[in-house]
Amino acid sequence: MPNSMIRIERLTKRYGPTEALRSLSFEVPRGQVIGFLGPNGAGKSTTMKILAGYLQPTSGKALVGDVDVAAEPVRARKLIGYLPENNPLYEEMMVVDFLRFIAEVRQVEKSVRAARIRNAVERCGLGGVIGKDISQLSKGYRQRVGLAQAILHEPDLLILDEPTSGLDPNQIVEIRALIKDLGKEKTVILSTHVLSEVQSTCSRVLIINDGQLVADDSPEQLTSAGEGALLVVLASRSGAPLELNHLHSVLSAVPGVTAVEPAEGEGHGTAGFRLRFGVEDPRRALFEAVVKHDLLLLEVRRTQASLEDTFRKLTAGEVRKAA
Amino acid sequence: MESTFAIARREFRTFFGSPIAYIVLGGFLLLAGWLYFSTLFLAGQASLRGFFAAVPVLFVVLVPAITMRALAEERKSGTLELLLTLPMEDWQIVAGKFLAALGMVAAGLVWTFPYALTVAALTGPGTAFDWGPVLAGYLGLLLLAASFIGLGLWGSALSRNQIVGFIVGLVLCFAFAFVDAFAALLPESLGQVLQYLSVNYHFDNIARGVLDTRDLLFYVSLTAVGLLLTTKTLSSARQ
Ligand SMILES: Nc1ncnc2c1ncn2[C@@H]1O[C@H](COP(=O)(O)OP(=O)(O)OP(=O)(O)O)[C@@H](O)[C@H]1O
Ligand SMILES: [Mg+2]
Repeated sequence: MPNSMIRIERLTKRYGPTEALRSLSFEVPRGQVIGFLGPNGAGKSTTMKILAGYLQPTSGKALVGDVDVAAEPVRARKLIGYLPENNPLYEEMMVVDFLRFIAEVRQVEKSVRAARIRNAVERCGLGGVIGKDISQLSKGYRQRVGLAQAILHEPDLLILDEPTSGLDPNQIVEIRALIKDLGKEKTVILSTHVLSEVQSTCSRVLIINDGQLVADDSPEQLTSAGEGALLVVLASRSGAPLELNHLHSVLSAVPGVTAVEPAEGEGHGTAGFRLRFGVEDPRRALFEAVVKHDLLLLEVRRTQASLEDTFRKLTAGEVRKAA
Repeated sequence: MESTFAIARREFRTFFGSPIAYIVLGGFLLLAGWLYFSTLFLAGQASLRGFFAAVPVLFVVLVPAITMRALAEERKSGTLELLLTLPMEDWQIVAGKFLAALGMVAAGLVWTFPYALTVAALTGPGTAFDWGPVLAGYLGLLLLAASFIGLGLWGSALSRNQIVGFIVGLVLCFAFAFVDAFAALLPESLGQVLQYLSVNYHFDNIARGVLDTRDLLFYVSLTAVGLLLTTKTLSSARQ
């Protein structure tokens, strides 16, 4: 049994003139839960669509287990459960009929079909709605139907494109718990824009930007890799108005500080800054500088780079497009 | 095979779960019945000839109306992505849609059996009713429907808009039904080619009770071409 579940090799996808993926490569071993991040239009869905056997890549390869998705599409698709981005479902069907249909097409053996459907219904909490038309379901329940459809045949790999988008906070917590639970037995790759989701469910994070991989690490590594920062809020002791440029140069001159960025203050007469630093802790020098320049230090707080920071830093330039 | 049947069953059920089915098939049966009874009462003849002459023309409208949503709707609602990531070949999806549509046409035709039974009952006591041409006629209708379904499905595969699917299907079916209309005006060799391309010409041969492999081959080929084009168009959604 090959120990990598997903292998993407120099994958390129062009939609007409748009180059959605540019020679993307990565590998995912069995059993991991992968968070797939990137700004809007980065190419997450495109990657997942190719992996799920829906789209053909322009060049490059996608392998699931040891099966080349392009060469043996049917065999590859058997190994995969896929929840597409906007979760298309046959609206006019009853939930149970829909699941039965999927089980038939996927050729789940007759002897276990009923049990598999029951299992999927139970795990996804669909018990109360199996007799309802899908068109009558709320968004959260539709999402559960999409998930049930994806796990019905007990696939090795789950590809979930934004599984929690548009859900209320309670539903999000439940769906996340379900994904975490599924991740115990399966390899899961999920895309999301909710960074905290990645921290709570994923063991590894892939960040892509503009069709290229820009980070591949554990959530812990990605949050601590960014150097530390100090959040400071200053006020003038004498009551004289604050000169931002002056403050900036004062703070920059503090030994140990590598960068100074403006940050939120506490209202009128105060100014906030974020100080980046390397190995040397600049706090002692900071206090001395503040006293020397007749300033008041209202607050100093040490912050760790958040996943947001890392994300923004790695995908800078794209954030504007997303807004 | 199982996947294909699952697709076909779903399609068939969905069709009969929607009012369109009853409107389309109801309209068809109404027109077919009117044509049948008008020959029965006006001409005072108990014969299926008028019926078998009229149904192919009705199919030009009926079949595209049945097939129009088959693939267009999947594209429009996004379920095509679901369908195309299920473990089966693209042609199996098309085959499922084809079987379902053929089933729908057959479900409509079943209701015309009473006409045949009436004709049989009205046939004079001395003369035995000849079922041969009737059965051949129905076989011919199914073959003709099959070839129209291939064309209609292709129309439906071309866009996400059902109406476009209907119109493309209608134009194609119309062309293959009446391609020989001008045959008499053209040089003989060209006229024969057009005649060979006409689904009605082959249907008339079969309905006369003459089962010729050339006619069967024509229908099988036209159906295959339609389904191949449909499969190709469907696969191009993966680009
Ligand atoms: N069918 C299509 N035709 C043309 N361009 C497309 C198509 N689908 C995606 N694109 C383009 O490809 C790029 C990648 O899109 P993709 O949907 O993969 O991004 P994404 O990372 O999933 O974004 P989001 O976070 O908004 O879901 C975008 O520039 C998008 O406009
Ligand atoms: Mg996306």
